[in-house]
Formats: sequence, C-alpha cells, structure tokens
Amino acid sequence: MLKGGVIMDVTTPEQAKIAEAAGACAVMALERIPADIRAAGGVSRMSDPKMIRGIQEAVTIPVMAKCRIGHFVEAQILEAIEIDYIDESEVLSPADDVYHIDKTKFKVPFVCGARDLGEALRRIAEGASMIHTKGEPGTGDVVQAVRHMRAMNAEIRRVQNLQEDELFEAAKQLQVPLDLLRYVHENGKLPVVNFAAGGVATPADAALMMQLGAEGVFVGSGIFKSGDPAKRAAAIVQAVTNYTDAKRIAELSTDLGEAMVGINESEIALLMAERGK
Amino acid sequence: MTIAILALQGAFAEHAATLDRLGVDHFEIRQPRDLERPFDGLILPGGESTVMGKLLRDLELFEPLRQRIQAGLPVFGTCAGLILLAKEVEGGIPCFGTMDIAVRRNAYGRQLGSFYTEADCKGVGTIPLTFIRAPYIESVSGGAQVLATVDGNIVAARQENQLVAAFHPELSDDLSVHRYFLTMVGG
Repeated sequence: MLKGGVIMDVTTPEQAKIAEAAGACAVMALERIPADIRAAGGVSRMSDPKMIRGIQEAVTIPVMAKCRIGHFVEAQILEAIEIDYIDESEVLSPADDVYHIDKTKFKVPFVCGARDLGEALRRIAEGASMIHTKGEPGTGDVVQAVRHMRAMNAEIRRVQNLQEDELFEAAKQLQVPLDLLRYVHENGKLPVVNFAAGGVATPADAALMMQLGAEGVFVGSGIFKSGDPAKRAAAIVQAVTNYTDAKRIAELSTDLGEAMVGINESEIALLMAERGK
Repeated sequence: MTIAILALQGAFAEHAATLDRLGVDHFEIRQPRDLERPFDGLILPGGESTVMGKLLRDLELFEPLRQRIQAGLPVFGTCAGLILLAKEVEGGIPCFGTMDIAVRRNAYGRQLGSFYTEADCKGVGTIPLTFIRAPYIESVSGGAQVLATVDGNIVAARQENQLVAAFHPELSDDLSVHRYFLTMVGG
C-alpha cells in the first residue's frame, strides 16, 4: 500500500519521526545515507539490528532496511526482526557478484533496483514484489533515474507491440522468463509496482519521475542532506500527489532552503547502478 | 452514478479498476478543485492513514469532505480509509471521526502479519479477505452495525451512509463488496 507515496531514508529515530510527520508512506532505516556511504568508501553492510529496531519503535508506518546483493543471511536477519520490506540494494557493497537472493524463499516482500526491463523481470522472477530505478544514490543528480525510467517504459511499449510469435526471441534477448514477458505484452506494465529512486532532491524531481510513469518515489540523501528537511520532505510528498499541477509545484518549490549540494554523474568514480545485473 | 476516489496515496488505482469492471463512472480527488465535479459516493482507499490524514489537511480537503460525509454522502473506507472514518483510533489520531467505531492500527502486527482468508459478510455473502498490515475494529457503538468478523475481531461495519472494511476487496476479483456499496449509493 505504498503506491503514490514517498519513502524516505532515515538514520535515527528522530529523523524517522520527522519523515512520518512530513507524510512519508514508509522509511528506509540505514546507518549512513548514500551520500555518506559514497564519501566514506570501504565496505558497506546491513545496518545494526539495534538501530533498525529503534526506528521500528519510533514510527507506525512501514520500515524497510537494506541487505547486500546476494547476502541471503542478512536478509534472514532482517526477516527475523520483522522488517516490513527488504531492499536488496546496490547502495551496499555486493556480497555475491553472480547470484541475487532467491527471494521466493522469504515471507517478507523484497524491493530491488532495475535499470531496464530485463533487470526488472529477472528480479521479479527471483521473487521481488517491488522495483525501483537504480538512479545513482547519494548524488542528488536525477539523470540516471530518468534514463532508467525512460528505458523501462520504452521497452515495455516495444514488447506490447510485438506479435505473439516474437515474444520467444524477445525473452531470449532480454534474458527473462517467457511468462513474465507475456504479462508485460498483455498488460503494458510490470507485474509489480515501479518506484523512482536515486538522485531525487527537489519537489520538481519527484514530480518529473511521476510524470515519467513512476508509481511512487524513494528519496534518500535529498532530504536529510538539505537545509530544512521537514519542509522539503512535506513538499516532496505533496508534489508526488499533485504531480501534474505546475502551479502547486511552483509554490511547493518556493523558499525550501538549501538543496543537497550533489555530485554530477560525470564526477563520480563509482557507479552503484553497475552492481547486480 | 459517479464515484469519487480519494487519490492522495495508496490503492486508488485498484479501486478505479474495480469500478471499471462494474461499469461505473469515477474520478480522482487530489485537490479542492476536484470537488467541484458532482459525485454520488466517495471511496477512501487503503494506504497509509498518517499520509492521507496529513495531506487531507495540507490540501484543504478535510473540512469539505467531512461536511459532506456528515450530511449523508455514501462513503466506503478500506483499510486506511476505515481508520480515517473512525471516531477512536488506538495508536493514531482520528481524522474525520464520523463513524462510531474504535479501531486499532496495525492490529495484526507488521508486514509479516499480512494474511488471506474467507468469511461471511452480512448482506454480501461469503467473500475473500486480504489483510495487509491491517487494522481491526475493537468495538462499535451508536448506530454502527457489525457486518463481518474474523477470529472474533470486527473487520467490516456499516453506519447508515458509511461502509468500512479492514481488508482490501479492491485487490480480489470478487466484486460483491463494491456492489454492496453501490446499492448504498443508488438508494
């Protein structure tokens, strides 16, 4: 029931309460937000369960947490502490450079990143019940999320227009199961929700992603790396609900204080979106 | 007949798809100017009640909608929508507070507590029930009538123009709960 909502990265119970009060439909509990993970370097792992529990106790909305790609034991731990959603996330250092987690073995729903239709359907085949774009985390640069959303939707439109007998070859090229590709062909959408994630820093960014077809938005570093997190968070929530109303988004964009500084895509050495294909 | 669906956050598109299957006109409410269009009934979908409660006030939809519900507008609240209508909310703040029910938020626990079952619903018949981080009704008072229970907990109720369900009829292929609501709208 997260559709049409904003999911916010938080690192403390206080931030979680600010996010809930601002209208977040869920929070992502993590020790360091992506901008700081990027700055710190080294190996980035699942957060301390104590820190996650602190956030679970602070809010009544769903709490998500991240495990490393392929690290099914981190996922088992998160399920054991009754997390609401697990993000098998490219933001953390991958634990397996070949296999993703077999998510069908878990009761807790998973969300995974995908840059295109092939990645999305492979993750869904593995059991993901939610997909997000793999916009470059911790940069405040929305360009990659836009690229992924456009690529995904263009491929969905292409698959919709294929003839039935062309689906076999398309499934082979995309390296995806035929039944999932058939679903896309018949319904013109993924079988699960697709959210925008990575680089969203302003109400305009959030509305842009919604107009491009996102069904909701993750905001990571963009809120708590900005000058006035509570105000910016509430403005992004409203911009997602009324994403086609330019007059309202103009008001929401007014006087928000400093946005996160951001790093341009071409200035970064590490592309997290390259993790897990 | 036209049904308005509150589309601030949550499962509004699923309700729209259900109404499409029933061949009923509908539109979304996202801001005050949407209220200028005439409508005969209102659906409050599932989602996060904290998000919808905040947006209802921020977008200045709260007071006009509360007045219409109190004046008798047929309204159907599912999951978070049920919480929005309740007079008393354990673990949360009442929103419209127009219905004489006391509810407990996240009554079945976290996401892992989500489940599926079937039960008899008064005036509707046996229906599939999907619960996702669902609330339940702890007690009804005044004019509110119990329509369905699961394991002794109240999961559907009606008070005159107001119908509530703790589960998600819009996520199943069964159209009977929506049909029941439409008879309330049609009179």
